[in-house]
Amino acid sequence: MEFLLTTIWNGLSYGLLLFMLSSGLTLIFSMMGVLNFAHASFYMLGAYFAYQISNWIGFWPALIIAPICVGILGSLIEKYALRRAHKYGHVAELLFTFGLTFLIEESVHLIWGRSAVDYRIPALLDFSLFNVFDTSYPAYKGFMMLVSIGMLLALYLFITKTRIGLIIQAALSKPEMVEALGHNVPMTFSLVFGGGVALAALAGVIGGNAFITEPGMAAAVGSIVFVVVVVGGLGSLIGAFIASLLIGFLQTVFVSLPTTFFDLGHFLGLPIIQSSGLGKLTLTELVPLLPYLLMVGILVFRPKGIMGTRES
Amino acid sequence: MQHVKKQSFMKSIFLGVLFTSCSLNFAQAQVKIAYIDPLSGSFANVGDAGLKHFKEAVEVNVNQKGGVNGQMMEVIGIDNKASPQETLVALKNATDQGIRYVTQGNGSGAAAALIDGVNKWNARNPDKTVLYLNYAAVDPTLTNEKCSFWHFRFDSHVGMKIEAITNYIKTQASIKKVFILGQNYAHGRQVSEYSKNMLKAKRPDIEIVGDDLHPLGSVKDFSPYISKIKASGADTVITGNWGNDMALLIKAAKDAGLKAKFFTFYAGGLDAPTAMGAAGEGKVIQVIEWQRNQTGSTLEKYAEDFGKKYPTIDFYYARINTTIDMLALAMKNAKSNDPKDVALALENMSFKSGYGDVFMRKSDHQLVQPLHLSVFSKAGQPGVKYDVEKTGYGFKNIADMSMKDSDQPNTCVMERP
Repeated sequence: MEFLLTTIWNGLSYGLLLFMLSSGLTLIFSMMGVLNFAHASFYMLGAYFAYQISNWIGFWPALIIAPICVGILGSLIEKYALRRAHKYGHVAELLFTFGLTFLIEESVHLIWGRSAVDYRIPALLDFSLFNVFDTSYPAYKGFMMLVSIGMLLALYLFITKTRIGLIIQAALSKPEMVEALGHNVPMTFSLVFGGGVALAALAGVIGGNAFITEPGMAAAVGSIVFVVVVVGGLGSLIGAFIASLLIGFLQTVFVSLPTTFFDLGHFLGLPIIQSSGLGKLTLTELVPLLPYLLMVGILVFRPKGIMGTRES
Repeated sequence: MQHVKKQSFMKSIFLGVLFTSCSLNFAQAQVKIAYIDPLSGSFANVGDAGLKHFKEAVEVNVNQKGGVNGQMMEVIGIDNKASPQETLVALKNATDQGIRYVTQGNGSGAAAALIDGVNKWNARNPDKTVLYLNYAAVDPTLTNEKCSFWHFRFDSHVGMKIEAITNYIKTQASIKKVFILGQNYAHGRQVSEYSKNMLKAKRPDIEIVGDDLHPLGSVKDFSPYISKIKASGADTVITGNWGNDMALLIKAAKDAGLKAKFFTFYAGGLDAPTAMGAAGEGKVIQVIEWQRNQTGSTLEKYAEDFGKKYPTIDFYYARINTTIDMLALAMKNAKSNDPKDVALALENMSFKSGYGDVFMRKSDHQLVQPLHLSVFSKAGQPGVKYDVEKTGYGFKNIADMSMKDSDQPNTCVMERP
């Protein structure tokens, strides 16, 4: 029972973290059609900015200021660089954002060095929320989950219910028409890109101290966010949410299972030899493979993803 | 006009680069050591710290004392991007520059490739032989099945470290259930294998309640593993994890309130203490040849000077000093800076290192040294004078394992030139 509860909690918290990481990416894709390879780098920048700002004036201001700074940086990049690359098509855009990842990583090396920085959880949240049986549940994780769910709600309401959201949506499908109506479409795109990377930065602010703030952190999450977005359906916010939770739960459950392939084969009636390589392989060892298996499966059987609307 | 300006700007950058690289090539040093380790990518911080350790050791222990046999030493960093393939490219780069000594430590895969590469090079170029000084790659096979006359290891290998850990566990009656967790590659598998065998022999009553491998360097959240450890009822965890895998594991253990003790190889430095912070207090034990609060250490002053010179990293690799000191001594004894003479002089060399007597065994070229177990504790209390990485926590010595208590037999059949 205790085990079951912790597994659910762990799956939920990991899934919500994944959503936090990937929501900005899917937002940018759905609104602008740009697949931003540098998304994880902005996540890293958020963590480093938050570390720096919280050293100066504390964690809580950093929680607001760091994403805004990164957002502004993102908007400027969109306005002065990405927009130019956009003229040359999707490949140029992809290559540009790909190059950006290296640029950001090296800048981080130059400014903060190659080692991890000491970015800590605020004392206010460094306690355990509740204890069930013998396991404690840290408050900071609860906070992460709340922010993640808050992000989903805010984004959804922003896009579907506000005026700006409606203009953004309209600018996506009929940019000329929206422009003719007197709206500044290029600025809208800048805003969307800035907002998307600000979301990544927010994830960095919160994830940076829960995990480790170091120059390799972008590379460590770089591929998984793409899996989430592809499985969820490119550009679908709800899809990304479902995919995040799905991957979170799948991985957590598989880690917890002590089953080997021999046991599995035995259960299914397959002749797998216990002492063979396959027979000794445990399901736990499959965990890193799972998200990618899921992605390949989705691409084969439902190429547009769980909630996607685009076929391409 | 603007175009012309841009061009001359590019030209001056190019010239600048050319000049700096030339001035490096024409430096005074004559004994060059190529440091082949990751200097970019996700393990760059580890490789960068090692390079600084080597530079400092060469500067302070050799060059400031007038060099060796009339020659100065110089360490040249070559990036191997943590890959065995790139390691061979780096070796080629080193031999092209006429470098005769190489050192490497991160990743046993790269180490195996390097041994192989050095063996081949030396067979083809007997007049330009290269010697490989291994300061941290701990795969036991490197001094057993794959042992080579041209390879010397200055770190205790996995078997020796587990020997020390299990010799300590043997004396701790309170330890009853052990969980083994490691990174899913050769290193993690060896830690698991040695731990199981040695525990079975030394403490048959101990129950191994779990034995898991996780992917290397890609787990963000260790909570599921921790809840599995918890469910198993383990009171002790043995792990060979390093880097972020080490720190994140301890963080997750603290979050879930896991009370088990962790026996580790690499909790003592290279960002692990920073990341663990208070989470590791009283729980994390490391096995290593030297830490700053050890009695009988003569490296206190050195560590302090190092910290002043490189404020962002701590002095951690005391064995790098031993590597350089023994190399210089062997050169002096051999009255030659030629790798073959030096290798012969290194064999069976006894040396008084900054952390006690050590011995380079002739049969497998493995350094035999005492190991120490120490626990992460609040600094300032007796026995914990210094903290690590400015965390306010340091290591407190809890057990000393003599050379004999941490040694392992070997099966090396060495081909000698």
